[in-house]
Amino acid sequence: MKHLLRNTARVYIVLALGFIYVPLLIMMLNAFNQSRINQFPLVFDLVWFQKLAQNQRLIRATVNSLSIAAFTSVLATICATFAALVLARQQFRGKAFLQALLLPPMTIPWIILAVALLLTFFWLGISRSIVTLLLGHVTVQIPFAIIVISARLAATDRTLEDAAASLGSRPARTFRTITLPLMLPGVLAALIFTFAVSFDNFPISYFLAPAGVSTLPVEIYTAIRTGFTPEVNAISTLVFIVSAACALVGGREISFGVRSA
Amino acid sequence: MSKVTIEGMSYHYGALAAVDDIALTIKDGEFFALLGPSGSGKTTLLRLIAGFLTPECGRLIIGDKEMQHVPVYARDIGFVFQNYALFPHLTVEQNIAFGLESRGMPRSEARKRVADVLALVQLIGLERRRPAQLSGGQQQRVALARAIVTEPRVLLLDEPLGALDRKLRAEMQIELRQLQKRLGTTTIFVTHDQEEAMTLADRMAVLRAGKIAQIDAPMHAYEYPQSRFVADFLGVANTFTGTVSALENGCVVLTTAAGDPISACSDQSFTIGQALAIMVRPERVILQKGSDARERVNTLNGYVSYISRTGASLLIHVTVEGYPPLTIFEQNGQRDGELHEGENVALTWLPEHARVLPAESET
Repeated sequence: MKHLLRNTARVYIVLALGFIYVPLLIMMLNAFNQSRINQFPLVFDLVWFQKLAQNQRLIRATVNSLSIAAFTSVLATICATFAALVLARQQFRGKAFLQALLLPPMTIPWIILAVALLLTFFWLGISRSIVTLLLGHVTVQIPFAIIVISARLAATDRTLEDAAASLGSRPARTFRTITLPLMLPGVLAALIFTFAVSFDNFPISYFLAPAGVSTLPVEIYTAIRTGFTPEVNAISTLVFIVSAACALVGGREISFGVRSA
Repeated sequence: MSKVTIEGMSYHYGALAAVDDIALTIKDGEFFALLGPSGSGKTTLLRLIAGFLTPECGRLIIGDKEMQHVPVYARDIGFVFQNYALFPHLTVEQNIAFGLESRGMPRSEARKRVADVLALVQLIGLERRRPAQLSGGQQQRVALARAIVTEPRVLLLDEPLGALDRKLRAEMQIELRQLQKRLGTTTIFVTHDQEEAMTLADRMAVLRAGKIAQIDAPMHAYEYPQSRFVADFLGVANTFTGTVSALENGCVVLTTAAGDPISACSDQSFTIGQALAIMVRPERVILQKGSDARERVNTLNGYVSYISRTGASLLIHVTVEGYPPLTIFEQNGQRDGELHEGENVALTWLPEHARVLPAESET
């Protein structure tokens, strides 16, 4: 009976993961397939990667996405680090309420947040620009970053800071030598998560980007609507490999930020 | 000189007084225990001395400096935490050097001091290990080494041996005691274990509900408790309550509810008819087989209800009609022939081995 249960569980997990990975595999195979209409049997060819290399629109959009993700993830992680420290170390009225407010932004559909942001900027008389685009990204990133870093801080023994103080260490030195090194895995995890949140984000970019600035998800969406080309398979394959590598490296380091010290 | 003086200190958690107007003086070089059941305020008091908590009122003087408003890092203390609180990302050597670096000690001198203290706590060879790679006993030594390497004016220990197993704990008690005598550092330690307090401390304060029940040398407190709470907390106490029926030659005779005369010596004065309690320790009671028909003072007849054998000693539980169960302590092999459960026995003790206590019962 126990044996059966264990085998069932194993089959279940394989099926669930298969459901996710098989379509990705099909996409990746087609990136190397000569056929324009994704037809099998596969004829190996790098033609779509060659075309991609000449597709300035896609390349520019990819560079945009990478730059936006890099800039906003750093900004959001810095803001979130201070916010998480305040939430973990200070007691103040309404703290529980503020912490509860961190969760809904992660479940509210981004398209709704995007529309709300657009509306707000419109009301304030701010037209769409690089700044609105970056602010939009940071807005959706911050709750993720705060939660990841908070989880790490919660797993860190606070008596370590008391111990440092008892050993004659002033607060600034304690922060530098004890608190910061111990929270660093959480900060790195937040960087990776927020980078992914920004890089994947379609609605915020679609609504808040100024005319003439496009990101990779927006470009892929547009490409599919106007006529699918396997170049999208090629770029998606590259993106998948980079994302998966990030997730594996990050995941080992952090386990959602709660690995014990 | 690092005498520690506490005057009129209080601290509340909400409405609960964890430390309630405590006054206490710990002498220079003394090994002092704060002993009490959980919730008695002993850890809160230690944290107030360390500066992790700020008292609502009262003064704390270490040496000749008033300290209650001085931040923790400037108090020059050593603190050993119950869970050790070793820095997990630093090696043993770095953990121990941390306090020296805080004080800006030159690296070469710090290295020498670390090496000396490692030898003192027998940790040579483990310098490069991380805390997670050490056993519980080794972690305890690192925590101790880290706290003493800076030669603090006061060493504070919060249940320092609480996480160790029984045997290791007994070994570490001896080591800790010897180390403290060698360093001569004023040391205050918190424990809920009365045996540990007795083994280690020169003097101790027994705490109850945020107040000091008694300050005394451990054996003196054991022999001469001032309340039933202290008598019970420091060991097994056979207690009888009654009213004073006679006073003679510095001894008090109580008549219990069951009508027996129970006597104890005391240099305090009492009046006939006063309600009191008399306490006798289990090792002071003499147990004989059979029953004793003579109606003498301090003689009770009963039967053995249970014998608890722990190897070197026996705890014999005796039921006497009209009293709570009594406990008698005997060395193993002390008597000829076995004692059996259910057997009739007579109990007696000398009045000078019993103590007079206030009648108030436990709350």
